[in-house]
Amino acid sequence: MSYLAVEDLSIRFGGIKAVDGVSFGVEEGEVFAIIGPNGAGKTTLFNLVSGIYTPDGGSVHFAGQDITSLPAHRIAPLGLARTFQNIELFEHATVLQNLLIGRHIHRKSHALSHLLFLPSVRREELEHRRRVEDVIDLLELAHYREQTIANLPYGVRKVVEVGRALCLEPKLLLLDEPTSGLNPEESEDMGFWIEDINRDLGVTIIMVAHDMGLVSRVAGRVLALNEGRVLAQGSPDEVQKNPDVVDAYLGGE
Amino acid sequence: MRFLFKTHYNQDIDHLKHGGDRFWYGLLLLLVVAAPAALDTFYLGELNLVMIYAIAGVGLMLLVGYTGQVCMGHAAFLAIGAYTHSLLLGAGVPFLLSMIAAVLVSALVGAGVGWIALRMTGLYLVIATLAFAMLTEQTISRAEWLTGGFRGLSVPQASLFGLPLTEVWQRYYLTLVLLVVVLIAALNILRSSTGRAMVAIRDSEISAESVGINVAVYKTLAFALSAGITGLAGALFAHRLGYLSPDAFTFLISLQLLLMVVVGGVGSMRGVIYGALFIGFLPQLLAIARDTLPRQIAQAPGLEPGIFGLILVLVILFEPQGIFGRWLKIKSYFQLFPLYRRATHKRQKTYMRTERLR
Amino acid sequence: MRALSAGSCFAEASQPRRDRSRRGLARSDPLDASEPGGRRRLYSARSKTSIDILGTRTAGREPVEGIALSQLLQVLINGLAVGCIYGLIALGFVLVYKATEMVNFAQGDLMMLGAFFGVTLIGDFGLPWLLGLLLAVLSLAVFGYLLDAFVLRRVLGEPQFAIVMLTIGLGFVFRAVAGLVWGYDPQSFPTPYTGKTLRMGEVVVSYENLTILLGTFFLCLVLFLFFRHTRLGIGMQATSQNQLAAYYVGIPVKRVFSLVWAISAGVAAVAGILLAPVSLVQPGMGFIGIKAFAAAVIGGFGSIPGALLGGWIIGISEQVAGVYLPAGFQEMTAYGILIIALVLRPEGLFAQVQRKKV
Repeated sequence: MSYLAVEDLSIRFGGIKAVDGVSFGVEEGEVFAIIGPNGAGKTTLFNLVSGIYTPDGGSVHFAGQDITSLPAHRIAPLGLARTFQNIELFEHATVLQNLLIGRHIHRKSHALSHLLFLPSVRREELEHRRRVEDVIDLLELAHYREQTIANLPYGVRKVVEVGRALCLEPKLLLLDEPTSGLNPEESEDMGFWIEDINRDLGVTIIMVAHDMGLVSRVAGRVLALNEGRVLAQGSPDEVQKNPDVVDAYLGGE
Repeated sequence: MRFLFKTHYNQDIDHLKHGGDRFWYGLLLLLVVAAPAALDTFYLGELNLVMIYAIAGVGLMLLVGYTGQVCMGHAAFLAIGAYTHSLLLGAGVPFLLSMIAAVLVSALVGAGVGWIALRMTGLYLVIATLAFAMLTEQTISRAEWLTGGFRGLSVPQASLFGLPLTEVWQRYYLTLVLLVVVLIAALNILRSSTGRAMVAIRDSEISAESVGINVAVYKTLAFALSAGITGLAGALFAHRLGYLSPDAFTFLISLQLLLMVVVGGVGSMRGVIYGALFIGFLPQLLAIARDTLPRQIAQAPGLEPGIFGLILVLVILFEPQGIFGRWLKIKSYFQLFPLYRRATHKRQKTYMRTERLR
Repeated sequence: MRALSAGSCFAEASQPRRDRSRRGLARSDPLDASEPGGRRRLYSARSKTSIDILGTRTAGREPVEGIALSQLLQVLINGLAVGCIYGLIALGFVLVYKATEMVNFAQGDLMMLGAFFGVTLIGDFGLPWLLGLLLAVLSLAVFGYLLDAFVLRRVLGEPQFAIVMLTIGLGFVFRAVAGLVWGYDPQSFPTPYTGKTLRMGEVVVSYENLTILLGTFFLCLVLFLFFRHTRLGIGMQATSQNQLAAYYVGIPVKRVFSLVWAISAGVAAVAGILLAPVSLVQPGMGFIGIKAFAAAVIGGFGSIPGALLGGWIIGISEQVAGVYLPAGFQEMTAYGILIIALVLRPEGLFAQVQRKKV
C-alpha cells in the first residue's frame, strides 16, 4: 500500500457529488500535485484527507493506518499537516504565537502543570522555541516574528501558514494552492521552499496548484481532477498533454 | 522608545520582561500591601470589592477574551461559588476546604455548560448562557429548603485556621493574595500550550483542529477554568455581602462582568484590572456627580443603570479596545512624538463578514 | 402576582444586610451598584413583567369545576395571545438580524418606548385609539431609522459581540430615559375595549386578547405583502441574502438597513401597544424581550413565520406550565425550552448557520 492511499473516496453535498470515487496513492518522499479547474473538488479532497469532512464512501490510509473517519485533531498528531487556500491563521496572535500553536501536538505537559508553570513546563517551552526558531530561519520570517498576523501582507501570511504546518514536524504536508495570490518573485521563493522542505526535511508533499510552471518544476507526479472525478494521472508532461485535461481546462465539448 | 535586546528565550517567557516592569509592578504591589495603613475602612472595603470583581473578571476574560466564547451567564457561577461556600461553611466545613469546594463545584458546572454549549457558536452561545443564568437564578430562588430562597442565606463568619476574619483589612489581604495567585495562574496558562490552544480556538476553529487541537476538550476546559475562577470570586463575594439572596446575582451582574471586560479591553489581563477599578468606583463617581446634577435627574432611580448603558455604548462606538487600547495609543503617541499619525490605529472598515458561516 | 410579592419581600429582607455590610458608614445614595441592595429596584421592576403577562385573567385559576377541556382551551387561547406578543418582539429581532446580522438586544425596550408613546398619545392627548396607534408606530419607526443612521451604522462589520453589547447598552439608556420622562410608576393603558369580554360557551376571551390576536394577524399580513410585492421589500430580501451583491446591483444597502430598523421599531411599537392594556406600562416592561429571544431562537432566527411559531410555543407552554405545574416552573419554561431546543439543534430549528468553507 502507498504511503498515503486514497481508495474510491466520495462525498456529496446535497445533490452534488463533490468528490466521486477518487483513488490515488502517494509514495513516501515525493512531491505530488493535484490540478484541475475551479470546482473540480481539489480542496474538498484535502478536507476529506485531513479529516475536516467525513467521506460518504471510500477510505484513506496514511502510513498503513486507516484515518478515514478520524477527526482532524487526531489526524494531525500522526504527522499530517496542511495549509488552507484562503489562509486560516490566528489573526490576532503574533507570528511567533502562530508558530508555537503549531507545536501543540508536541506538548508533553498537561493543563494542571501549566497553571503552576513548573520548571518542566519552562524547559518544554524553551525546546518549542528552539524548534520554532529553526522554522523562522528556514522561511526567513525573523523580521516579522513579533508582528500580529492582521498587520502582515498577504504574501507573508502565506509563508507563515507553511511555517505553522512545518512546526508540527509533519511527515506529510498538504499545501492548498501555496502560490495563489503571490507575485512572481514570491511564487519563485515558495517553489524553492517547497523543494527544500521536500529534499532537506524529507517531508512528503501533496499540493493543489494552478500554476503549471510550479507544478512542472517541483512535482514528480500529477493528478488531474474534474467535477470530482480523476481525469488523468502521471508525470507533469503526460498529464498536460492528456486530451481530457486540455478539454476540461479549455471547456471543449 | 525602549529597545529590548533579548539574549535568551526566557526573556520572552517571563511575566516581567525587563527591569522597568519589575520596578513598576513591585511598586504597585508595595502600594496595595501598604493600602490598609492609609485608607479608612470604607475605601478599603471598596478596594476589596474591586479585587473581587477583578478575580471574576480574570475568569471571564479567559473565556471571552482568549477563547472567544461569549458567556452572558457568569453571574450564575458567581452565585454557585457563593452559595456552595456559604452552605459548606454553615455545615462546619473548614474555610479553606469550603473555598476549594466552591471552586470545584463551579468549575464542574462550568464544564457541564461548556460541554452542552460545544456545538453552539456566536449568537446562540450568548443566548444559551443567558438562559442558563436565568434558570440558575430561578432555581436558587425556588430551592428554599437549600438556599432559603428570597428569605436569604446568612453567610457564616470567615475564619482562617481558627482565626476569625472579622476586620475589613483581614479580608482585604485574603482577597489580595487570591487575586495575585489567580492572575499568575491565568498568565501561566496563557504562556503555555493550553493558553495558545484557547487563542487558536478564538481565531479559527478549523485551523485549530487541523494543527491537532481538540476543540471540544479545550472549550470545555476554558469554561471550567473560567467558571472555577469566577466561583472563587463568588465565595469572596459572599463574605462581602454577608447575606445571600438570588437577586444579588441577576442578569445585571453578568452584564457588569462583561462590561468590565469590554471597558478594560478585550484580550488583555491588565484590562481586567482597569475594568474592575472602573466598575468598582463608578458608583462613587456617580455619588459625587449627583450633588452637581439637577434634583430631578439626580434622584431618578434608573440613573445608574442608564449611565452604565451609556458608557457601554460610548466605549463600543469610540474605543472598542477599551481602556487598555487607549493606553497603548497614548503610549505610542509619546513614543513616536512628533511623528504619530492618527491613521496608525485607524480601524479598517470592512464589508460585513457573515457569522452565518462557521 | 407571585414574583412581584417575592420582589418586595426581598426589599425588606435586604435592609438589615445593607446596614451590616456598610459597617455603619454613612452613604445615603439609595442606588449604589456596588451593593446588591441597589439593584433591588431594577430586579423588582423586572419581576413585574416577567410573570405571566396575562396572569390575572387566566381562567385556570378560577374555581370552575369539572370542565377540564374548556379550561385547557382557555389556557391555550391565553397562551396564544401571550405568544403573539413574544412572537412580535421576536419578529423584530428576526427582521433586523436577517437584513443586517445585528442582534438587537434592545428590541424589548423599543417595545416599552412604543407602549409609552401609545400611553402619551392616546391616554394623555386623548387621540382616538387607531390614530394614536398609527402615530406611535410611525414615530417609533422614525426613531428606529435615526437610531440606525446615527449609531448602529458605525459598528457595521464589527464582531457580533460588540454589537450585542452595544444594543444592551442602548436598552439601558432607553430604560433610564423612559424613567426620567414618564416616571417609574406603572401606568395603566385605557382602551375603548377595556373590560369587555367575548363568551364562547365556557371559554371567555377578553377583547384585549382578541385585539392581540387580530392585530398580530393583520400586521403579519401587511409585512407579508410588503416583502412579497413591493420593490423595497424585495430589495430588503436581496440585501439579507448577500449584502455585497445587493450593493453591486444598485440597492442602497445602508438606507435599506435603516429602513429595516424602522420597520422593526414599528413592529415593536405595535407589540407594545397591544401588550399595554393587559400589562402595566413601565420602564422595565422590556425585559420580556429575553423570552422573545427564546421564541426567535426556536423559530430559527431567520424566518418570520418561525418567529411567530416560536412565540406561540413559548407562550402556550408557559401558560400550560403556569396552570398545571407547581409554582415556579412557569418562570423557567421559556429558558428550559430554549436550552433543550439549542441542545437538540445548536443552530436553531431552521438552521441559518453553515460550516465555513476552507
